[in-house]
Amino acid sequence: MSNVTTASSTEAKWWGGGKSPFNVEYGKVMMWYFLMSDAFTFGAFLISYGTVRFSTNGWPDPNEVFRSFPFAPEGVHAPLVFVSVMTFILIVSSVTMVLAVHAGKNMDKNGVVRNMIWTIIGGIAFLSCQAWEWNHLFHEGAWWGQNPFINADGTASSTNFTNFFFTITGFHGFHVFSGVVINIIMLIMTLTDKFEQRGHYLMIEKAGLYWHFVDLVWVFVFTCFYLL
Amino acid sequence: MSHEEVLHGHEGHGHDDHGHHEHHETFLSKYVFSMDHKMIAKQFLITGMVWAVLGGLMSVLFRLQLGYPDASFPWLESILGKWAKGGQITPEAYYALVTTHGTVLVFFVLTAGLSGTFANFLIPLQIGARDMASPFMNMLSYWFFFTASIIMLSSMFVETGPFSGGWTAYPPLSALGDASPGSKSGMDLWIIAMALFIVSSLLGGLNYIATILNMRTKGMSMTRLPLTIWALFFTAVLGVLSFPVLLSGMILLIFDRNFHTSFYLSDIFVNGVGALSNEGGSAILYQHLFWFLGHPEVYIILLPAMGMVSEIMSVNSRKPIFGYMAMLGSLFAIAVLAFLVWAHHMFVTGLNPFLGSIFVLLTLLIAVPSAIKVFNWLTTLWRGNIRFTPGMLFAIGFVSLFISGGLTGIWLGNAALDIHLHDTYFVIAHFHIVMGVASMFGMFAGVYHWFPKMYGRYMNNSLAYIHFWVTLAGAYLIFWPMHYEGLAGMPRRYFDFSIWESFKMFADLNRFISTVAMIVFAAQLLFLMNFFYSIFKGRKVITMNPWEANTLEWTTPIRPGHGNWPGEIPEVHRWPYDYGKDGQDFIPQDVPVGANESHGH
Repeated sequence: MSNVTTASSTEAKWWGGGKSPFNVEYGKVMMWYFLMSDAFTFGAFLISYGTVRFSTNGWPDPNEVFRSFPFAPEGVHAPLVFVSVMTFILIVSSVTMVLAVHAGKNMDKNGVVRNMIWTIIGGIAFLSCQAWEWNHLFHEGAWWGQNPFINADGTASSTNFTNFFFTITGFHGFHVFSGVVINIIMLIMTLTDKFEQRGHYLMIEKAGLYWHFVDLVWVFVFTCFYLL
Repeated sequence: MSHEEVLHGHEGHGHDDHGHHEHHETFLSKYVFSMDHKMIAKQFLITGMVWAVLGGLMSVLFRLQLGYPDASFPWLESILGKWAKGGQITPEAYYALVTTHGTVLVFFVLTAGLSGTFANFLIPLQIGARDMASPFMNMLSYWFFFTASIIMLSSMFVETGPFSGGWTAYPPLSALGDASPGSKSGMDLWIIAMALFIVSSLLGGLNYIATILNMRTKGMSMTRLPLTIWALFFTAVLGVLSFPVLLSGMILLIFDRNFHTSFYLSDIFVNGVGALSNEGGSAILYQHLFWFLGHPEVYIILLPAMGMVSEIMSVNSRKPIFGYMAMLGSLFAIAVLAFLVWAHHMFVTGLNPFLGSIFVLLTLLIAVPSAIKVFNWLTTLWRGNIRFTPGMLFAIGFVSLFISGGLTGIWLGNAALDIHLHDTYFVIAHFHIVMGVASMFGMFAGVYHWFPKMYGRYMNNSLAYIHFWVTLAGAYLIFWPMHYEGLAGMPRRYFDFSIWESFKMFADLNRFISTVAMIVFAAQLLFLMNFFYSIFKGRKVITMNPWEANTLEWTTPIRPGHGNWPGEIPEVHRWPYDYGKDGQDFIPQDVPVGANESHGH
């Protein structure tokens, strides 16, 4: 819609001339700036983690710490298998989110509903996995201020391993939880035809931005805590 | 439906109801939970004023101690109770006062009070919008700030007192409850208040950015924006990107305080408690996180003042602002450099000297855009037809203070000099002049200049002139001597200097500073009286454009309703600084370019 035609339609007239430099709706601008802001929050956490970790003499080996799998017999050695499953679930939920946004662009309500449900299931599954992992670590004696693991070189380990692990994965989990809540609200709004009435599914797109961001952050968190 | 149609159709729809503003408003929806940006601005302003009075009063109290360390004032005990036993402020109370004074003035007055007020008030009015992008988020932003204020206020009434480890809240004083009385529940409340404050600033900042980028009226291109708006835009970007880092720092601090972690703690021995088990943490880490916010925060405070000063100066010199693009470029340069200089607050923490030299270089680079701005202000004044309105006086005062305080910044930005000067009164003098008082002047300039738009009345000029001269002279009389004290090595945050032989010579000077501080504080009450009296009884504004300014806010009715313009929003045809063009005194932005008008901007 050009400026000329905008000026001629009375409804948008008083706003018509102002054109966003990025040609996006204001809510999306807000979301992008919020994500930048949130990236700085996580960035500060991960840089703090790096600072402390590299000024500490030793660090536990993630292959030893994260080696359990639910329902597997005690003492099974499955390093990083469970967290790989978690990561896979979260990434698949991003794919279904993309499909939901795509369906929204085509005004395909059923497609949006179906893919949003899958995304919500993915989010809840990830959170459940995280809950299991936290619970398992807690029963091994790990918590804020308590670190039962030893360094890779066999020396006693600083509690900052568990301190940072629980704080940062917890903060990320809180973001996933918020994302699931947002997605459920989006689903309800879709089911009650809110977006059909508006004529567009922009809200789904904005929720999608947030969801992808949370996934992206997980890639960094995963790398920092499980791989390095 | 194309993306553009979606976007415009939605906009037009969502904001259509602002156009007709006769809808029923209750007291609650008009004055309390208002979604009108002008009312929210006034809420920020008045809350900020309450905090400014409290923060100022605290400085009077601790200046009383510094000026008269041996005297006792029985009336102090009757207002402060156990914090001033026998009429003398206790050391604990002194530190609590210093800390709260800093926190409150930096965050609640000069951040929320300054950009909260003027970003809310001026952005929609000057870009030609009915309201903010999200009026609801805007309202939430104020109420988060209000809640933060209440919690901060309540921390002053807990038994162990408010936090007393300095406004920067360095660990271990902030991380260990056992470290001092002020480190107990006062500190928890301090953190909660700050976290809520950060949420408020995020909600506000996102709104300011989205509004400026997306809600401009027809013809209002980015380079036709008044410099006020550009300054508020960069302020919002700085806030949105730097406050989250403080939030991370605060979250780690909460864990250290309450959940036995050691993010900032290592190898600590506390008298009466013994050796603590914390190990592996780093207190310096907190300082990095804090100053990554803390330095941009300086510009979050300064930029709105700079923007308003540019606008007010151009209007009252009846000349275009000198070097619009240079002004804009220097704002941008300051915003970028703001993120790259934080470690100059940490030269004496054991920072690698090589790294320190990089921060010295980057810090001194800020002098370039700052000097560009100063010279542009001076050349705007040059041969102008200056009208010395109170707003204009404060704008000129801002430039004076910005130069005086900025020059000492070049001293402090040098790592070698900083080893001698850090944590002395030199630092206090520097940042109070360049950031504290200068931004206060920007705020006063803004209030005097836009008061007619806010309340449809004028403030009293005679009182304003007294207020200006007392404040300007007072600011220099208070802070100029502190440079000498600092050069002589007098450390900041000391309770009583009379017991040191080397600082005894400053006893008279300290008494002088304290006396002036009290006079200046009294002059601010004059401003408050003027402000509140004028809201109800001030001379009425009878023309729409009392300052004969070009910007769009003066095309609204004298008392604009919710929605700002009763009819259509004006279309913009020119930049906002067409003063004295083609022999015309001023040409407002909504006047179309004439056929034989000379080509300018």
